[in-house]
Amino acid sequence: MRLDAKIPDGPLPDKWSLHKSRIRLVNPANKRHLKIIVVGSGLAGASAAASFGEAGYRVDCFCFQDSPRRAHSIAAQGGINAAKNYQNDGDNVHRLFQDTIKGGDYRSREANVYRLAELSTSIIDQAVAQGVPFAREYGGLLANRSFGGVQVQRTFYARGQTGQQLLLGSYGALSRQIRSGTVTMHPRSEMLDLVVVDGQARGIVVRNLETGEIERYAAHAVVLATGGYGKIYYLSTLAMGCNATAIWRAHKRGALFANPSFNQIHPTCIPVLGDSQSKLTLMSESLRNDGRIWVPKAQGDGRKPNDIPEEERDYYLERKYPAFGNLTPRDIASRAAKEVCDEGRGAGPTGRATYLDFRDAVARVGRQVISERYGNLFDMYRTITGIDPYVDPMLIYPASHFSMGGLWVDYNLMTTIPGLFALGECNFSDHGANRLGANSLLQACVDGYFVIPYTMTDYLAGERGKKPLPTDHPAFDEAAKGVDEQVRHFTTNAGKRSVDSFHRELGEVLWDSCSISRTAAGLESAISRVRDLRAEFHRDVKVPGGADRLNPEIEKAGRVADYLDLGELMCHDALQREESCGAHFREEYQRDGEAVRNDEEFMYVSAWEYQGPGGAPKLHKETLEFEYSTPAVRSYK
Amino acid sequence: MRFHLKIWRQERRDTPGKMVGYDVDGITADMSFLDMLDRLNERLVDKGERVVAFDNDCREGICGQCSLYIDGRAHGPGHATTTCQVHMRQFEDGDTIHVEPWRARAFPIISDLVVDRSAFDRVIQSGGYVSVHAGTAPEANSIPIPKDRADRSFDAATCIGCGACVAACKNGSAMLFTAAKVSHLSLLPQGRIEAQERALKMVAQMDREGFGNCSNTGACEAVCPKEISIEHIGRLNWEFLKAALSRGK
Ligand SMILES: Cc1cc2nc3c(=O)[nH]c(=O)nc-3n(C[C@H](O)[C@H](O)[C@H](O)COP(=O)(O)OP(=O)(O)OC[C@H]3O[C@@H](n4cnc5c(N)ncnc54)[C@H](O)[C@@H]3O)c2cc1C
Ligand code: FES
Repeated sequence: MRLDAKIPDGPLPDKWSLHKSRIRLVNPANKRHLKIIVVGSGLAGASAAASFGEAGYRVDCFCFQDSPRRAHSIAAQGGINAAKNYQNDGDNVHRLFQDTIKGGDYRSREANVYRLAELSTSIIDQAVAQGVPFAREYGGLLANRSFGGVQVQRTFYARGQTGQQLLLGSYGALSRQIRSGTVTMHPRSEMLDLVVVDGQARGIVVRNLETGEIERYAAHAVVLATGGYGKIYYLSTLAMGCNATAIWRAHKRGALFANPSFNQIHPTCIPVLGDSQSKLTLMSESLRNDGRIWVPKAQGDGRKPNDIPEEERDYYLERKYPAFGNLTPRDIASRAAKEVCDEGRGAGPTGRATYLDFRDAVARVGRQVISERYGNLFDMYRTITGIDPYVDPMLIYPASHFSMGGLWVDYNLMTTIPGLFALGECNFSDHGANRLGANSLLQACVDGYFVIPYTMTDYLAGERGKKPLPTDHPAFDEAAKGVDEQVRHFTTNAGKRSVDSFHRELGEVLWDSCSISRTAAGLESAISRVRDLRAEFHRDVKVPGGADRLNPEIEKAGRVADYLDLGELMCHDALQREESCGAHFREEYQRDGEAVRNDEEFMYVSAWEYQGPGGAPKLHKETLEFEYSTPAVRSYK
Repeated sequence: MRFHLKIWRQERRDTPGKMVGYDVDGITADMSFLDMLDRLNERLVDKGERVVAFDNDCREGICGQCSLYIDGRAHGPGHATTTCQVHMRQFEDGDTIHVEPWRARAFPIISDLVVDRSAFDRVIQSGGYVSVHAGTAPEANSIPIPKDRADRSFDAATCIGCGACVAACKNGSAMLFTAAKVSHLSLLPQGRIEAQERALKMVAQMDREGFGNCSNTGACEAVCPKEISIEHIGRLNWEFLKAALSRGK
């Protein structure tokens, strides 16, 4: 298989507009006869479904929550980037492009990243027109702040609830299409298989989560916008239901999976406090605008943080990376936190935490201003931990947060299965080996509002006149039977262990060996541990309650089954990449504690092909070429 | 810590339900209420029993998916909170805790603690948006909006659609939910244009869904996780009245 990214020719800044001008169109009368399935109602899915509906296609949209408004995009706190240059601080499209390419440690595709930067300005216009109440200055114009890894203020925000407000904007657009009859919404539905006939995506099989029925849907094209899989570690900043199931099952049907091991570990989350926590809540990166990160200089310093004098504190990010200080990119900040804790200088009851301190900021601008900026985050922190961050510094530690990896897509966001597209966090496309803060809301919106409406039309122009596959086609029978068998297997298995117990154990294995730092030996042993765990899971999992009704244990079991497969692939991916780049830090490849990239040998996207259960996954490489940026050592010093 | 739970169990929409007692132990003060229910469910799995179904997703108080009536209060003890943000340190060791689903005519029970809130979606579908085209829009800064107005709009827009307001209201009214959306949009110039039309359509849909009338007791505001003020109901009434008058109703 040769991977063709289908990057249009022409100079980088003109590629997208040239491409759009060459794209085939579908006339309105024909659109009515074309059906599109959109799985996911987050920013990527809702905006795509709304755009398709408005264009006149017939759309079926699915989500597993009870309402499309609850997709995990809702939880994004900090903001969304756009090269508007409203602050007149030297920002422009090219700079956002460069920051993103550099932030991703030169492991992303230039053409995609440039398009992301180029379309960033339109997304703010779109959101404002929908009534998204972004923060404003006293003059009535839009306000901005900074995020990690950049030196300009280009992040737009709505208090600490930017994702919520953006999602409600696209939920409104989606609702409008549902009302007008172009989009049919299917909440509480989980996609469990993809139907492929003659190499083309023709439909999906879903489980109705309320009744347990296995349902079939056919269409001319299928779009997956199912979000990230960072929940694979069990403890993460993601929602409980976040999963890899849709993309994994598409992978099993032939879609290549790219860079599975590129997972972002976010530096500032509420640390693990006990053994029964289900989630690690994010404390937004925006806090690093005003909060200072430190640990005691001395090992095992048991004093209360406020009793430790200034000269005995190590503001390690400011010390090591003076140019960016507390705003160094996430991968670097996470690694630095792990290092100081490994040295025995960690804070808090477990020693696996660092301080995020607002003392100086409160003294500088006053409590009122800090409260306006971060009030809801401070309240959330206090509710969960019982600590008041206006008085005592926050305790924070890195946690799994975002998957840069995902289904491989070409420039048109089409996977290696014709007719199957992937948008938003579930594809691999724009963030390389490390995502910059506030770039993923951007990507989800850009993919859904501005890219897929064009590239889909081009694809569907070739589907004109074809009928959707009948849902009694043998391919549907085969897929539905497989799904039904899996569910029956879970509910009738004479096992002893709960699904969660397996998920926690998988999470521990991956956290130890395939997260902030990795070694060949650790990864090899993780692969065999994951294999054993998977065998035990299928032998010993216990799912009481029956199949033909709402049963959360069945949902979890299906997701964990896929996580067990994906977990192994992540380790293979991390093992073959014998270099350190972005979030992928191999301890063998470092110099003076800094990551060492190997551009000679590893300047490629790793795209994996499924080889059947137990088969060794097959690696394909998409070589990356850099014309407009020069891969350099990423320095934030 | 240990607790005695009394939980509403109901297999399906059309089967009868009842309160069932369970004991849980090994609970620590820093566990969240939902961590505690996870613990209970894990015990039920061990015993081969059907787990207690409850809605939840983000577990950080923003998605609006969690929804429990805890000891007679929507989202349990505490102020301006969601069920997933309730922690066991808010209870006394040995307490008996009653856990029930939202109860309202417009929110039928699906199973155990899970209810059907799709009526909210249909209220939004009836007009809770600005009718802009997806994909094209004027330059964002061409519409300056005074900061305090944008802030007030945000205060209404922050609604998470959990339904606590309906559950807490003796009439099962959705006025606070609907008013929040009407206020959010009508405070902004972009949303002004359709303000009256929107109010009429959303109120009509609310009635169709079987939500009750508002009798201004403020029970909704008291349990709202996002502290949405009943002042917004005034704005909804005002938009509605203007619209009704201008249509000669
Ligand atoms: C706590 C947190 C804070 C964040 N803050 C920021 C930030 O400040 N700025 C930023 O740019 N990014 C941020 N991010 C990242 C960003 O929010 C996400 O990457 C982005 O919102 C993903 O959008 P999406 O549409 O791809 O997926 P999601 O919003 O996750 O939507 C996924 C959709 O797919 C559906 N789905 C999933 N699986 C299935 C299935 N099998 N069957 C049917 N439906 C399915 C779900 O129901 C849901 O509707 C944050 C992420 C987290 C977790
Ligand atoms: S689970 Fe999302 S608000 Fe409680």
